[in-house]
Amino acid sequence: MKRREFLKGALGTSAATVCGVMASSKTAEARPNLEVNDNAVGMLYDSTLCVGCKACVAKCKEVNDMSPVIESKLEAWDEARDLSGDTLNVIKVYKNGTAKTKDAETDGFAFEKRSCMHCVDPGCVSACPVTALEIQQKTGIITYNPDACIGCRTCMTACPYNVPQFEYDKTFGQIHKCQMCNQKGVERIDKGQMTGCAEACPTGATLFGTRKQLLEEAKRRTALKPGDIYNYPMGDLSKPDSYHEKPVPNYKDHIWGEKEAGGTNVMHISSISFDKLGMPPLEERSYASMSEGVQHTLYSYLALPAVALAGLSFVVKRNIDSDGEGGDS
Amino acid sequence: MAEQELDTGGFDFSEVEKRLGVTRRTFLKYCAGVAASLGLSTSSAVAMAKAIAAKPQMRPPVIWLHGQECTGPTESLLRSEQPSLEHLLLDMISLDYHQTLDTGAGHKVEELKKKSMKENHGKYLLVVEGAIPVKDDGVYCKIAGETMLHITKEAAEGAAAIVAFGSCASWGGVQSASPNPTGAKGTQAVLPGKPVVNIPGCPPNPANFLGTVLYFVTFGKLPPLDQQNRPKWAYGRLIHENCYRRPHFDAGRFATEFGDEGHKLGYCLYKLGCKGPETYNNCPSLEFNNVGGGVWPIGVGHPCFGCSEEGIGFNKPMFALANVETHTPPNSFPTIEDRQQDTGISPTAAALGGAAAGAAIGASLMAAKKVGNTPESDSGSDG
Repeated sequence: MKRREFLKGALGTSAATVCGVMASSKTAEARPNLEVNDNAVGMLYDSTLCVGCKACVAKCKEVNDMSPVIESKLEAWDEARDLSGDTLNVIKVYKNGTAKTKDAETDGFAFEKRSCMHCVDPGCVSACPVTALEIQQKTGIITYNPDACIGCRTCMTACPYNVPQFEYDKTFGQIHKCQMCNQKGVERIDKGQMTGCAEACPTGATLFGTRKQLLEEAKRRTALKPGDIYNYPMGDLSKPDSYHEKPVPNYKDHIWGEKEAGGTNVMHISSISFDKLGMPPLEERSYASMSEGVQHTLYSYLALPAVALAGLSFVVKRNIDSDGEGGDS
Repeated sequence: MAEQELDTGGFDFSEVEKRLGVTRRTFLKYCAGVAASLGLSTSSAVAMAKAIAAKPQMRPPVIWLHGQECTGPTESLLRSEQPSLEHLLLDMISLDYHQTLDTGAGHKVEELKKKSMKENHGKYLLVVEGAIPVKDDGVYCKIAGETMLHITKEAAEGAAAIVAFGSCASWGGVQSASPNPTGAKGTQAVLPGKPVVNIPGCPPNPANFLGTVLYFVTFGKLPPLDQQNRPKWAYGRLIHENCYRRPHFDAGRFATEFGDEGHKLGYCLYKLGCKGPETYNNCPSLEFNNVGGGVWPIGVGHPCFGCSEEGIGFNKPMFALANVETHTPPNSFPTIEDRQQDTGISPTAAALGGAAAGAAIGASLMAAKKVGNTPESDSGSDG
């Protein structure tokens, strides 16, 4: 084959695939957010109810058999600053000025829980090249399979909440993230139990239930008049182990996770705005749906590999030609 | 400290031994104990002992009023197990009027009270026990034909110091709970402008009262007070931060109902409505009535009721969850921005790792060089 002919052919193939890509990309871009599973289990974290006892943090470590994070020389207590290979759940504090008043933006403080939000349309699952991260069909829980994981850590960059964490200190490190106590060997949800953190929470700040129930509860709370007495359930919303009465705080009319990036099964409500609590600015469209649109289009009908093959073939051919034919080219 | 002999500078305690019917040793031990619980030094204990022993004629007269109450403060004071407490109390102060303890009754006693108040004008200590109803001109509590409101105001006129003993006298107590039909108020509320020392509790710890009174007798002034006029030495600390069940709270181990496994194991009582996280008192260290053996509500497995805290005891439902007022380590929190630093590799390990990697790279380079060289040298030798 003459160089000229080869080039012609290669260009022609590329143009055809690019056209094909262009033509099919319209339909691919329209991949909508994954649909909300009403029966999915989730949790509602009410920042105003949290007293910062960290019982949930301790219980989480107990259930997951994880060691405390010790930073100082006084090896006395867990000092986890954020999620890590040893911490799946952590209570953080927002502080401003004198930090005297709870749940106030100015001169106040507020607690915030950091753990997996269990997205309806999760970026980590979409990004995982080996399906080590999966959505459990029945419960909506995002689980992790260490046997499948190749340690590429793409899930870490795909998560807007900085949730999946890698064990950098181990030779064969794994990803660690909250699996709502339903991972192999624990299976609390399958056994009809609730998550460890919701069970340990003494105020009902972490409430367990189905996404539908929890969203209703969150909507009820944010619609209440501040100062009225509300009977807050604790534990599992479908069968609360107890209730406690408390005056309603001044909730922000925002349920984090109702719509953010396609919604999450773990939702948060609070009296101060979520950007103060470190939540990322997210739109309703999920990242997964967008990136999958682009990625799946590029790879549809093996278009991109075909283009790459054509390009590579050209380079190789040229090199061989230049070697064999001397100064011909 | 109590076992150590105090240096009293050769002070003669024989008089006080005779007067109080206690040995010098017991007496000094008691004074040292009170001084210690007040957070005072050994020299203060000696000063206290001398103040009590030296001037029996200087005993401050005390007028003790009872309003709307159950006499709990007096009862708890009488049952106090401090060594020879009642001797000390009765010989330390001149209790001129006390409705429960007076042997006399009727007009005679009322006359004596008026007489004492007149003679000791500006010198006597006024102790108020019980709330004071103010609705309908205070008709809901009358003693000897006069309202408690009037009696309190009258007695406060010539008082050197006023002590509100018990929660009722301090801020209204159970009587002031909603709907408060009699308009019950605390002593300070009906005596605006007068300094009132509050010793709240239901019943209050007698040690908190005696310590404050002994401080007054010894130094001639009141101990440092907090914003609610409570002696700081007794009410300066949150129960939650000195509670021996606190580690269970931090570890998330709670009793969820009375008699359950967690309750039997002595877990934290927060879920049962313990008000320790919002109540200031010294119960965790002094316990109650010096009975010892862990005898105080949390010690015997009942959540703190918040009896000494205004707006908590008798106001919040008994099993309602408390607000957690403050956080001390280990309960400190990372900020929102905090990130976990990778502490997995120590500098030494990193250096060793680097050295190993360097060695490996060097070795492979050398090997590659050799591999590259060998055929040439081989062909060289062949040819």
